Amino acid sequence: MQQIMKKHVCDLTVAEAVWLHERCILLKLTRDEVLPPMKAGQFAEVRIDDTPGVLLRRPISIHRVVREKNELWLLVQTVGRGTQRLAMLQNGDVLNVMLPLGNGFTLPESPCRTLLVGGGVGVAPLLQLGVELRALGMRPTFLLGARTANDVLQMREFGQVGEVCVTTEDGSMGESGFVTQHSLLKRKDTFDRIYCCGPKPMMMAVARYAHEHEVWCEVSLENRMACGLGACLCCVEKTKEGHRCVCTDGPVFNICDLTWPI
Amino acid sequence: MADLSVRIGNLLLKNPVMTASGTFGYGVEYADFIDLSRLGGIIVKGTTMAPREGNPYPRMAETPMGMLNAVGIQNKGARYFAEKIYPTIKDIDTNMIVNVSGSDIDSYVAAAGVIDELDRIPAIELNISCPNVRQGGMAFGVSAKAAAEVVEAVRKAYRKTLIVKLSPNVTDIVSIAKAVEDAGADSVSLINTLLGMAVNAETRKPILSTVTGGMSGPAVKPVALRMVWQVAQAVKIPVVGLGGIMTATDAVEFLLAGATAVEIGTANFVDPTVSVKVVDGIADYLQRHDMKSVNEIIGGLET
Repeated sequence: MQQIMKKHVCDLTVAEAVWLHERCILLKLTRDEVLPPMKAGQFAEVRIDDTPGVLLRRPISIHRVVREKNELWLLVQTVGRGTQRLAMLQNGDVLNVMLPLGNGFTLPESPCRTLLVGGGVGVAPLLQLGVELRALGMRPTFLLGARTANDVLQMREFGQVGEVCVTTEDGSMGESGFVTQHSLLKRKDTFDRIYCCGPKPMMMAVARYAHEHEVWCEVSLENRMACGLGACLCCVEKTKEGHRCVCTDGPVFNICDLTWPI
Repeated sequence: MADLSVRIGNLLLKNPVMTASGTFGYGVEYADFIDLSRLGGIIVKGTTMAPREGNPYPRMAETPMGMLNAVGIQNKGARYFAEKIYPTIKDIDTNMIVNVSGSDIDSYVAAAGVIDELDRIPAIELNISCPNVRQGGMAFGVSAKAAAEVVEAVRKAYRKTLIVKLSPNVTDIVSIAKAVEDAGADSVSLINTLLGMAVNAETRKPILSTVTGGMSGPAVKPVALRMVWQVAQAVKIPVVGLGGIMTATDAVEFLLAGATAVEIGTANFVDPTVSVKVVDGIADYLQRHDMKSVNEIIGGLET
C-alpha cells in the first residue's frame, strides 16, 4: 500500500564521495538535523547548481539510509551534464534535495523467499530494500547484472545483506550473459517475490520470467520526469488504469498493473 | 509593508503571484513545501469537458535553460473535477482558478459551464493556446477571428472572471489580444509555451512522442516579456504575464512591462518553494524603492 510521507526540500552536505568506477560515484550525504523518514524504492530530486544550460532536478534512487550515521547514500552514474556535475561534488559540498518522493517497494507481510534483480546502476535501490527485508527476518538473494566485472557495484555491501549472484555480459565475473540467463532462474519454484530495477529491456525480461513462472514481481521505473510531485504529468507510464505518474504512483509498479508485452 | 493586492476583473488577488496551469497540479501537490494561502492564486491543471488520456510517453525534454513538454492536457474531465477534486481544494485560502480547454466551441462552453457552477472557483483561464493538442487548442489562439468566436461563446455561458491565455506562436499577438478583449474577456494571460522540438542525434529520433512540444523556462523569458509589453500597451484589460519567471526580479520586470499579475510555471519544478519567495521578493523590492503599493510599478517601465 502507498504510504504517504511528508516531503522535504533541504540542503545536505557531502560527508564522503567515493568513486566506484570511472562512471559511477557513491555520495554519502548528511546534515545536523535527523534525516526525514524514507524507505526503499523512494527517490530524491537533486538540484543541479552552477551547470550552464541545466535547469531541472535529477531523480536519484535512495541507495541506503544509514540511521546510525544519519547518512543518505546515493549512487550516481554519469550519463549527461547534470550527473557529471553531481560526480564533481567533494566532501563538504552542499546539495539541495527534495525527498522522499514516490511510493517505494511493497514489503512482504510475512517472511518469504525474495530475489532482488538489478542491472547496472539500477542496483541502487536494492541495497536499502535488502536491508529492510533483512530487518523483517529475511535473507534476500541479489542477482546483479553488469557489462563487465568493473561495472558490478557495491558487491561487499550487498554481500553483507544477503546472497549475491552476478552475471556479466563478457563473463569477467559470475556467470556469463544477462541476468535472466543465470542458473538461479533455471531452478524450479525458488522465489516467492521478485523485485527488479535496471534498464527497461532487462526489467521487461525479468517481468516476462516472473509472469511465466507466476511469481509476484515489482519493478522500479525511471521515466524522464520534471516535477517529481505528480504535478506536470510528464513521466507517465501506461498502466491498466491509464496513464499514471511514475513519480507519485511509482516509481515502483507491480507488473500486473502495467501494460508491458510480457 | 506595501500593499501587494491587485485586481483582475472582479477578482481580488492578495498579491500578484499565481502558479501556472500544468506546473502546480491542483496545489495540494505542493502543500508540504509552502503555505498555499500565501499565493495570489493557483491556476489548476487544464480541464476539458471529456476526459483526456494525453499524449504517449515521452512527454518531456530538457533544453538549454528550458524544457519542452507534450503532455496533451491529460485530465479526467470537468465533471470529475467538479465532483471529486473540487471538494478537496475548495477551502484553500487563495483564488483557485481552473484552466479550461476544449477541441471545439461547444466543448469549451460546456466545460466552462460546469466550472461556473462551482462557488469557490472565481475565475477561469481559457486555454486557446495549447500547442500539444492536435484538434483545437492552439488552433483557436492563432487566428483573431477564431479566438474571438470562442471567447464570445464562453462569455455568454460563463458569468465570473474570464482570463484568456494567449499563444506566442502567432505573427501578431496584439491583434489577437484586442480581438479577445472585444469579445468580452476580463483579462489576458501570456505567454503559453512556444512550439519547439528536440532531436536525439544518436538514435536519429525525436525525443518527444509527438515530435514537437511546448517550450518553457527561463530561455523563453525575453520573448514573453516583449509580448507582455506589446499587449499591455494595446489593451485596456489587465494582462497576466508569464514565461520563464524564476525570481522576484523576473516578476518585477513583467510588472514593469505592464502585467498586473504574474504566473510562475516551470520554476516550480526547480524549487517547489519559489512562488512564495517571489511574493516576498516583490514586497522587498517595493520596500527598497519606498513604494506603498505594487500598483505603483505596474506598467512603470521608463522608455
